[in-house]
Amino acid sequence: MSNIKIKIENLYKIFGPDAKGLTSAVKDGLDKDDLLAKHNHVLGLDNINIDIEEQSIQVIMGLSGSGKSTLIRHINRLIEPTEGVVMVDNQDVTKLNKSELLEFRRNRTGMVFQRFGLFPHQNIVDNVQLGLSIKGVDKSESNQTAMFWIDKVGLNGFEYKFPNQLSGGMQQRVGLARALANDPDILLMDEAFSALDPLIRSDMQDQLLELQKNLKKTIVFITHDLDEALKLGDRIAILNGGKLVQDGKPEDILLSPADEYVTNFVKDVNRTKVLKIKTIMKDSIQSASDYPKVAMDSNIESCLPLFLDGESVLSVTDDEKNIVGSISREEVASILKRY
Amino acid sequence: MNFTEFFTSFPEMSKSGLRTFKKTIDGAYRQFSREYGDSIEAVFDPVLFFLIWFEKLLQNSPWIIVIIVFLALIYFGSRSIYLTIGSFFAFIFIGYFGMWEDTMSTVSIIGVCTFLSIGFGIPIGILMSGSDRARASISPILDIMQTMPSFVYLIPVVMLLGIGKIPGLLAVVIYAIPPIIRLTDLGIREVDKEVLEAAEAFGANRSQKLFRVQLPLALPTIFAGINQTIMMALAMVVIASMIGVKGLGQPVLKAIANQYFTMGLLNGLAIVVLAIIFDRVSQSFGKRLQQHRLGSHE
Repeated sequence: MSNIKIKIENLYKIFGPDAKGLTSAVKDGLDKDDLLAKHNHVLGLDNINIDIEEQSIQVIMGLSGSGKSTLIRHINRLIEPTEGVVMVDNQDVTKLNKSELLEFRRNRTGMVFQRFGLFPHQNIVDNVQLGLSIKGVDKSESNQTAMFWIDKVGLNGFEYKFPNQLSGGMQQRVGLARALANDPDILLMDEAFSALDPLIRSDMQDQLLELQKNLKKTIVFITHDLDEALKLGDRIAILNGGKLVQDGKPEDILLSPADEYVTNFVKDVNRTKVLKIKTIMKDSIQSASDYPKVAMDSNIESCLPLFLDGESVLSVTDDEKNIVGSISREEVASILKRY
Repeated sequence: MNFTEFFTSFPEMSKSGLRTFKKTIDGAYRQFSREYGDSIEAVFDPVLFFLIWFEKLLQNSPWIIVIIVFLALIYFGSRSIYLTIGSFFAFIFIGYFGMWEDTMSTVSIIGVCTFLSIGFGIPIGILMSGSDRARASISPILDIMQTMPSFVYLIPVVMLLGIGKIPGLLAVVIYAIPPIIRLTDLGIREVDKEVLEAAEAFGANRSQKLFRVQLPLALPTIFAGINQTIMMALAMVVIASMIGVKGLGQPVLKAIANQYFTMGLLNGLAIVVLAIIFDRVSQSFGKRLQQHRLGSHE
């Protein structure tokens, strides 16, 4: 499963008329503030390197202005890079000519937008089949596909409504259906759930995870919300001021933040709720068999009652209830001490 | 020249120099119009042919049929039974007071001018919306077209093409085309950036973006431009009549010259009535194009 689907190498983006000329200065260490003050250019991305695994959800996180929306737009080249390489399946997106780029966008990527980006003058069915009709797919066939995805995201009965007759959550389901109807292998989601209220957002996250179980797309998900990142991400990359400050599994980000910026980000997260038992368990099976059992995929919080009852070691089981390891009171305590 | 004189009287060009300057330009233009006037006139022949055909069609068809067709168009344009009934009485008023033929002439020239303005204005507006450079160079020309007194640009047009329908048509189009150009440009520029980006992200090419996103979303604004264009064309009817365009303008002109108050008032009212009908129909048609905005969730 560890095929690299998207490989971003040494990517720079500078906004301004003389972007190319200033790249070498940035490489030599000119920072964002100086670039703005001395040359009136904005540093969007500063030497980004990320490998995104096939069929995984890669979250890209950062505060506003950190460059995350700029970064995601380099994958389908809605923004031209100043310098660098974006490889998708060993093909350099930055080298595609105009018609190749259109083909790439039509067939390989789907995108979901923060403010939905639906066509207000078209009904839901027509919105969902946007990608197909741009490709010139036969009308009855694309209609059928659209209906299938409208059903899949739970919008039956709204096929012939217009976008502004739907609530925000429903509109974003249309956005998701529109992206999926095209059957791309890469799904780009730019703060897709940020405009929704918390309950609906959580619903949509669950629905996305549920869909992903079967679809196995490569998803790049932009967010500024750490809880969302931890819930969805197989890996999380954190951007600050156009620089990639850390890229790792959720537990790496939580347990060993790379710098102060990341530490600040993660300090309010309830680790026992987010971390899974399997991330800190020991593989020693022999001595663990007599203790109460906990599942490896549940969170650490679920063993706290047992430890408070006086247990000092628990055995950890996999999906088939086989014992695969153990977890001790001390290990959990050490996680809690980091607060 | 002494020092104080320099400040009290403007240091202007010599009288004879100015005379030669004007004469040279006028002479060159007269030369140009003598040589090319006929061939330029030939360019406009198809328009003239269509204009005359349309005018004759309106004037020679039985008035009852013309009224029925007009009322049907008004109803389907506005979906308003009140406007249709009001228009019916307006046409009766026009016909009863002997202005039917002139009104048909005016309707035909307004129709052709609007058609031409749309045909040229929308593509120019699209061009302008696509490039800031095009906008920067076209905008001042539009300003000139709207503020230059129409008589001034009528002089070279009449010198070139003589008196008649085509010069009048040109005068009307020059005056009436700027709003549709400007509002097409504005409408396209106002299209939600995220919607456009969505189309782009799904691989839409230039013409797909234009015809699926930009023009449909700009349509209500473009329609406001068409409405303005029609109104401005109607406002030019009297001026155009001075260079030989038939229609409601000519009796108005005659009334001014001879101080026939009632004649002026009746024909003036006929113009007003036409304006109201054109305005209401094109406005409510434009509004119906935005039906997707109705029943909003907010």
